[in-house]
Amino acid sequence: MTTVTFIEADGTRHEVQARNGRSLMQAAVQNAVPGIDADCGGKCLCATCHVILDADWYARLGGPGPDEAEMLNPTPERTSTSRLSCQIEVSDALEGLVVQLPAFQM
Amino acid sequence: MLDSANRLRMIDVDPYGIPLEKIDVSQADLYEHDAHWGFFERLRREDPVHYCRDGDFGSFWSVTKFDDIAHVEKNHQIFSSEPTITISEPQEEVPFQSFIQMDPPKHDAQRAAVQPVVAPTNLTKLEPIIRERAGKILDELPEGETFDLVDRVSVELTCQMLATLFDFPFEQRRKLAYWSDIATGGPELAGSDFVTEEERTRGLGECVQAFSELWHQRVKGPPGNDLISMLAHSEKTRDMLATPMEFLGNLILLIVGGNDTTRNSITGGVLALNENPAEYDKLRRDPALIPNMVSEIIRWQTPVSSMSRRVRQDTQLRGKHIRKGDKVVMWYVSGNRDDEVIADPMRFRIDRENARHHLSFGFGIHRCMGNRLAEMQLRIVWEEILRRFHAVEVVGPAVRNRSNMIRGYRSLPVRVHRAH
Repeated sequence: MTTVTFIEADGTRHEVQARNGRSLMQAAVQNAVPGIDADCGGKCLCATCHVILDADWYARLGGPGPDEAEMLNPTPERTSTSRLSCQIEVSDALEGLVVQLPAFQM
Repeated sequence: MLDSANRLRMIDVDPYGIPLEKIDVSQADLYEHDAHWGFFERLRREDPVHYCRDGDFGSFWSVTKFDDIAHVEKNHQIFSSEPTITISEPQEEVPFQSFIQMDPPKHDAQRAAVQPVVAPTNLTKLEPIIRERAGKILDELPEGETFDLVDRVSVELTCQMLATLFDFPFEQRRKLAYWSDIATGGPELAGSDFVTEEERTRGLGECVQAFSELWHQRVKGPPGNDLISMLAHSEKTRDMLATPMEFLGNLILLIVGGNDTTRNSITGGVLALNENPAEYDKLRRDPALIPNMVSEIIRWQTPVSSMSRRVRQDTQLRGKHIRKGDKVVMWYVSGNRDDEVIADPMRFRIDRENARHHLSFGFGIHRCMGNRLAEMQLRIVWEEILRRFHAVEVVGPAVRNRSNMIRGYRSLPVRVHRAH
């Protein structure tokens, strides 16, 4: 299990234990973190699991692949360090990860 | 539509009583009679990627399972939205160009120009306006008298919202519904029967003219929050008037997208709650279920029953060999009843888990841009209905429209009973 923190747009923090091998999105959904909708169930087809990383974590995890980028592009609060959390796999390397949730999902 | 005179009519047969290859789920009257369920149940079970060689709209593949539909949505390089996303071939008389019928990169730029009209901040501004209008419409409904919900509430509310989005003259708002209906309701397009091709062409010509005039007004002024102003001022789209078919196409897309889909979900929700009275009781006891119910209504109604793609290169799906040039139809109305993905899908349950996991908005780069606006309208309508009425009671049969693409209602007789 890996500790990750989701911060809602209003500042509310949710520290959860995420399962290695599952996606960051699943960690949010399984822990009832508000602000992640995951309408497509994790297939990179709806962009409603959008999260915003800080520069360090973004550099460490890498940017979105082409399929992910094309879905991220139109999201309302896209930043240069945005990712879709269904495409981030949880592992020990994510220990201490903190992500910001946008105010809205697409 | 091809000559159907000698073709077997699905509404006359038992879905399990004919050979698989004779099944044609593109027949529009199937949906008018709400008689498509058994055919899709059989296809999902026996031939989920099904080829129809000689249907009302020619040859086509039907994709009937949730995950297969998602696969088609994802692989837009193979399954193209050009030249059209309708099951019928592009109409010479009114060749729309809109980004729903484009692939990247052209699709991306056009959608990006238009998407701000439904930006979350804009929706937040729209909410009180929609609530006030919904309240007024509902307050003016007669008690103790049967009326048509479609006309008095569903059409009226969505037209008012749409007129606001476009900053269209309020007193002419019903034209938006008319243009939306003829745009999607031609006999050649989806098998509909309420308008001739001539009427359709004339009506859409009038639509282009009306919006061109508004464009000329708006382009002179400062950029506003309405859709026409956004299109007229955005760098990516300000020349759109020079390609009138593109202009008309994008307008029609937004009118249609925002019109009968929301309208039919309002009507469909009332019908579903009446057909499932235990769910209506659940709702009255716990109005906090409204947001979840809205998703379930959208799944249940599946207001866009199908979307089509044209195949760009040979490909495989579930062991079927699909050839370049073939037509592939994604049947959202079937995928939304796929019991391998959705538990107990033939039941309408307003407190269903994972209610947002449905196909009604599509998936992938073309996913419905107005989805949050639709959800917001439905949520507000139900909040305001519950404040005022103990029941919106269906008192007669629903009349459904005849289309293999838009799943909705022409009328629904109801009576309202006020809360005490």
